[in-house]
Amino acid sequence: MNLNATLFAQLVVFLILAWFTMKFVWPPIMKALDERAKKIADGLSAADKAKSELALTEKKVVDELKKARESATELRAGAEKQGVALVEEARQESARIIAQARQAAEAEAGVAAQRAKEALREQVAVLAVAGAERILRKEINAQVHADLLANLKQELK
Amino acid sequence: MATEHAPTASEYIVHHLTFLTNQKQVGLVDWSVLHLDTLFYSIGLGLLAVFFMARLAARATSGVPGRMQAAVEIVIEMVSDQAKGIVHSPKSREFVAPLALTVFVWIFLMNAMDLLPVDLLPRAGEAAGIPYMRVVPTADINATLGMSLGVLLLCLYYSVKIKGFGGWMHELFTAPFGNHPLLYPINFAMQMIEYVAKTVSHGMRLFGNMYAGELIFMLIALMGAAWAGTFGSGLLWVGGVIAGTIWAIFHILIITLQAFIFMMLTLVYVGQAHESH
Repeated sequence: MNLNATLFAQLVVFLILAWFTMKFVWPPIMKALDERAKKIADGLSAADKAKSELALTEKKVVDELKKARESATELRAGAEKQGVALVEEARQESARIIAQARQAAEAEAGVAAQRAKEALREQVAVLAVAGAERILRKEINAQVHADLLANLKQELK
Repeated sequence: MATEHAPTASEYIVHHLTFLTNQKQVGLVDWSVLHLDTLFYSIGLGLLAVFFMARLAARATSGVPGRMQAAVEIVIEMVSDQAKGIVHSPKSREFVAPLALTVFVWIFLMNAMDLLPVDLLPRAGEAAGIPYMRVVPTADINATLGMSLGVLLLCLYYSVKIKGFGGWMHELFTAPFGNHPLLYPINFAMQMIEYVAKTVSHGMRLFGNMYAGELIFMLIALMGAAWAGTFGSGLLWVGGVIAGTIWAIFHILIITLQAFIFMMLTLVYVGQAHESH
């Protein structure tokens, strides 16, 4: 319990140690601590950002998928409709062609029949004339009765 | 003390409470005397602490810290938080916070010398021809009062720096009772008492705790030394082991607590110097 100069020596040592700590210990460690805090904060915010970006991307992917599905459905529906239309058109076309062919055939047949009729008529007339000629060889003059024959031919038409 | 027989209990205690001095102390106050053992251990531990921390600080990384760095960071964060809560001037904190760190670590180490066996270093010293040695610098009132005096100087420095010399003088004479010429002497006396009480109690608290702790370790060592082959002395020896264990474990708390208290009071006193009454 004796007071002596140790007291002042201790006082000086105390202040020197405090000064040393202030100069060489405190600032680097505080700097490291602050830097680490900043790094952690940056990392956290980056993670947050990445997370929100991921959510955004996922949403976009879902949207795109939905859109693709929708357009595929649309396409399919369009194709089906088109197919049906094509089939319908083909059917109509074929029906038309058939009808046309039938018409043409009918027309041709008509013409042929007409022609045959004509030919038949000619031959009937010739036959009739020939018959008549044979019957009336002597009484009837072909030249004289040509008008008559023509009239007959006309009537047979 | 160069007796041939084993020392008596009181001789043992007195021997352990004697400082190694450059010359004999005359009277209660003798400014020509130095306690060489106190100086050796306090300066040695102080240098050890600051150089260890400085080395660590120089290699401190902001990445993943090693265990030692993390440990020092825990202490520094603790001190920094306390300083922020008590001293509100960031400019002052640049010095006061490291000061508080120094106080805490240094006093903790000096207190921790108490946990070494009381006879270990003094006996080794005797073998090396050093007659007296006290290894706990904080059990020397010169050391603790020296530090509390340092805190007082800082308080005065910050009082003048923050309030100006005029403002501080004004406060000395008008606080705590008020601004009236009749009250000036009373106020001044109160302020002086406050300063003295703060400083003395600051130093005495640490000294008293460590001195008492050291003394109890010595008494426990005496219990252990009572071993003489008889049953009674055997019981004393066992008691010494048990008491020594309990007291040492308890002392882990005391040395940390006292270092923390000294640091907190340092911050509080410096913080008060920043506030106007």
